[in-house]
Amino acid sequence: MNRVVVTGLGVVAPNGVGLAAFETALRRGVSGIRFSPELRELNFACQVWGAPEMNEEMLASAMTPIQIRESNLTMRYAALAASECWTDAGFEFRPGNDAPPQWGTGVYFGTGVGGMETITERLCPLAAGGQVRRLASSTAEQVMSSNVSALVGGMIGAGAQVSTNSSACATGTEAVVNAYRYIRHGYADRVLAGASEGRSVFTAACFDCMRVTARGLNEHPEGASRPLSATAAGFVPGFGAGALLLETLESAESRGARIYAEILGGAVTCGGQRGGGSMTASNPEGVRRCVRSAVEESGLAPEQIDYINGHLTATRNDVREIETIRCAFGLPPERFPFVNATKSLIGHALGASGAIECVATILQLAGGFLHPSINCEDLHPGVELIAPQIVRRPLDFSPRTALKTSFGFGDVNACVVFAKYSN
Amino acid sequence: MTKREQVQASFIDTIQPFISRPAGVQINAKTDLVNDLQVNSARMVDILLETEDKFGISINDASADRLRTVGDAVDLILGLSTAQAAD
Repeated sequence: MNRVVVTGLGVVAPNGVGLAAFETALRRGVSGIRFSPELRELNFACQVWGAPEMNEEMLASAMTPIQIRESNLTMRYAALAASECWTDAGFEFRPGNDAPPQWGTGVYFGTGVGGMETITERLCPLAAGGQVRRLASSTAEQVMSSNVSALVGGMIGAGAQVSTNSSACATGTEAVVNAYRYIRHGYADRVLAGASEGRSVFTAACFDCMRVTARGLNEHPEGASRPLSATAAGFVPGFGAGALLLETLESAESRGARIYAEILGGAVTCGGQRGGGSMTASNPEGVRRCVRSAVEESGLAPEQIDYINGHLTATRNDVREIETIRCAFGLPPERFPFVNATKSLIGHALGASGAIECVATILQLAGGFLHPSINCEDLHPGVELIAPQIVRRPLDFSPRTALKTSFGFGDVNACVVFAKYSN
Repeated sequence: MTKREQVQASFIDTIQPFISRPAGVQINAKTDLVNDLQVNSARMVDILLETEDKFGISINDASADRLRTVGDAVDLILGLSTAQAAD
C-alpha cells in the first residue's frame, strides 16, 4: 500500500477565491454570506447566500476564451480551483496547453447538482420554445454530470481514471476518499480530487421549498449561517469549489514537492435509510461506522484526533452529529477534540462543501491555527457538554491530526483523517 | 472595401473563437474550415449560430452541409442576405 500525501490545494469559496484570500478569511473569521436582491425578487424565504466573487482575470488564468464561453459556473469554479491546485503542487499550467498526457495522473472531481444553470437558463427555455437548433453544441458537455472531471482532466492532460462522483453533500469528501484509495492501491501516482457547485437560484430553490434554509435572518447576512447555535434557523446555500492534489509519498519525495499533509484513513458508508435514516436523514449507526472506520484505518486512537471539521450545517442535525461522533469516539466530553464549522463562514456549498472544507482543514493543519466557528455565541443546549472544545474565537493551536466529516441526502457519509506529514 | 471583402472580414472575425490556427496560416477565401482550421462538427454548429446572429440570416441544414471554405460561407451569407431581405 502506498502512503498518500497532499501536495497541492486550490479553492473558490464565498469568503475568498484563491488560497491566500481564503486562508486570511479563515484566520479572521470573515463571512462570505451576502444578501441577494435576486432571491428577494424571486420571493425566496432565504434571501442570503454564499457566492464566490470571481472576475475575468481569474478565469483567464485557468481557461481559454472558448472554454469560458462553453462552460457554466460549476465548470468555471472547478477550473479555477483545479488550476490553482495544480500550480500550487509545483506543476506548470497554462490554459489550452497541449503538454503530453500524464498517464499516472487521474481526476476525481464531483458535483452535487451540476449543470443546473445550463439546464434552466438555456436548455429548457430554448428546447421548450421549439428552438432546439439554437442550442449551442456544448450543451451536452455542460449538462453531463462528468463535465467537471472532463474539463479538469483535459486541462492537466490526465491519463489515468477521470471520473465524477456525486453523493449529495458528501460528494467533496467522498472524492478525496476515492482518490486516496485509488493512489493507495497503486492505480495512479497522483489524483486531482475535489468538487464544485455552481451558483444557481434554481439549486437554492430546491432547498428553500423544503424549509431547511435559514429564515428570518435576511437583514443580517453575516449572522445567518449559525451552526451549533441555539438560534440556528437552517442552512445558508453556498457555492464554490475545492481541489486537492493527492500523491504517493514516493512521487512527492522524488520531485521534492512540499507536503501539506498525509491522509491516514478514509471511509464512505451509507446507513441504508434504515434505523432513523431516510433519503434526507442519517442513520446514526451509519455515521458511527463511517467515523470509526476512518479513524481505525488511520491507526490513531480517538483521543489522538486533535480537531474535527464538522459537517455542521446549522440545522437541527448539528446536535445529532456531535452526539453521534461523541458516541463513535467513546470519549468523555472534556476529551472531545476541538471542533469548528467552516459553513458558519461560507454557508453550505452542497456537493462542493466537503472539498472546500477539506482544503480549510489542511490549511489549518499546515498553518497551525483553528478558525472561529462564528454565530454560535448562544450555543445550542445540546452541545453545551463540549462547549470548551467548540472554537468560537481564532485559536493559535497547531493540530497534528484532523477528521473531516461530511453527510448527504441518501443517508450517505464520508470521513477522512488528515495528519501533519512526518517521516 | 467591397461588400464581399467586408463580409469576409466579418466572417473571419466571427470564427476566431472556434478555430485552431497553425502558426503562419493566413485565412483567405480558399481556406478550408475543416482541414486548415480544424473546425469539428460541434464547432461548425456554433459557427453557424454565430453567423446567423451576426448577419441576421437563417441557414438551413442543406446549405450548412455544403460549407467547406471561407469563400463558401461568404457566398452563402451574401446570397441569403439578399434573398431573406427581400422576403
